[in-house]
Amino acid sequence: MSFINYASREINCKIVYYGPGLCGKTTNLQFVYQKTAPDAKGKMISLATETERTLFFDFLPLSLGEIRGFKTRFHLYTVPGQVFYDASRKLILKGVDGVVFVADSQEERIDANIESLENLRINLKEQGYDLDKLPYIIQYNKRDLPGAMSVEELRRELNPTDVPEFEACATTGEGVFETLKAVAKLILIDLKKGK
Amino acid sequence: MSNPTLVMYDEEFQEINEVIGRLLNEANAKVIFLVDKNGQLISGVGETERFDTTSLASLTAGNIAATGGLAKLIGEKEFSILFHEGEKDNLHISIVGGRVILVVLFDNRSSLGLVRLRVKKSSEELSAIFEKLLVKSEEREKRGSSDFPFAEITDDDIDNLFS
Repeated sequence: MSFINYASREINCKIVYYGPGLCGKTTNLQFVYQKTAPDAKGKMISLATETERTLFFDFLPLSLGEIRGFKTRFHLYTVPGQVFYDASRKLILKGVDGVVFVADSQEERIDANIESLENLRINLKEQGYDLDKLPYIIQYNKRDLPGAMSVEELRRELNPTDVPEFEACATTGEGVFETLKAVAKLILIDLKKGK
Repeated sequence: MSNPTLVMYDEEFQEINEVIGRLLNEANAKVIFLVDKNGQLISGVGETERFDTTSLASLTAGNIAATGGLAKLIGEKEFSILFHEGEKDNLHISIVGGRVILVVLFDNRSSLGLVRLRVKKSSEELSAIFEKLLVKSEEREKRGSSDFPFAEITDDDIDNLFS
């Protein structure tokens, strides 16, 4: 649910990075944070455990620039990936405008990917959303690891609806901005349709 | 969509700022923020420049969402008021009209009792304004009126953002 403020001429949108534990959601945001000019970003907030596992969410506000005199701002959130944090994940999906599903390309994580994707669908449905109608992108992360499955295999398992997909290595930043731009663009196109 | 897009117009924005500006004085508060339940800052008055308002809005919404989850677990609809007491500064957080969050930051120049009393009065006024906004948005939607700023943008406009 975007927020349009005519008084301050701003449009705010919310993007959520979803995916199984340790797939690289936080790393995506950290890379965006590091590489964004100081005037275009706010403070990044990470509510994490002592071992740096996401406990509630990470949050990064970005401003992209103006369209027709309106400032466009994107609020990036991650969810905690670990299975038992499901209650928290549901809360973060509230008011979402676009979703990035970060998949872990390693073969041993394919079941975790599938489970997380199903969980995303269910949790969205509880909030009254349909994943197939939301701006939605898949990112195949950790392409650099030796145990990575081929993109064709991952696509077959995780992307039956053929949504836009990107290969990435979030630690080096490869594919991170491509993913973000793609989802931001889908959101803006969706807004344009005036849904 | 489960929630319609929140749209804020100049007229209501001014009314809202008047109400929270008055509350700031009457409750002797330092800062007051209004935040959407999804974590978007709507407005703020007082010493706002001292704070990272975007982060504050996001964390407040997260806080309300988490306590809302707790409330449901024990069979309550929501906890409509949260109070955080610090050594110097305190936060009084309340839900207005079921949709927006009012955050009042105050120190020992005020008191919890005074803040609660004044917040209650202002909440009613704010509720009415947000109700009016909702009706206005719905009416515009019904008319299919397109003062929506994004209706006319082109693909090039969008691409230019990323160049």
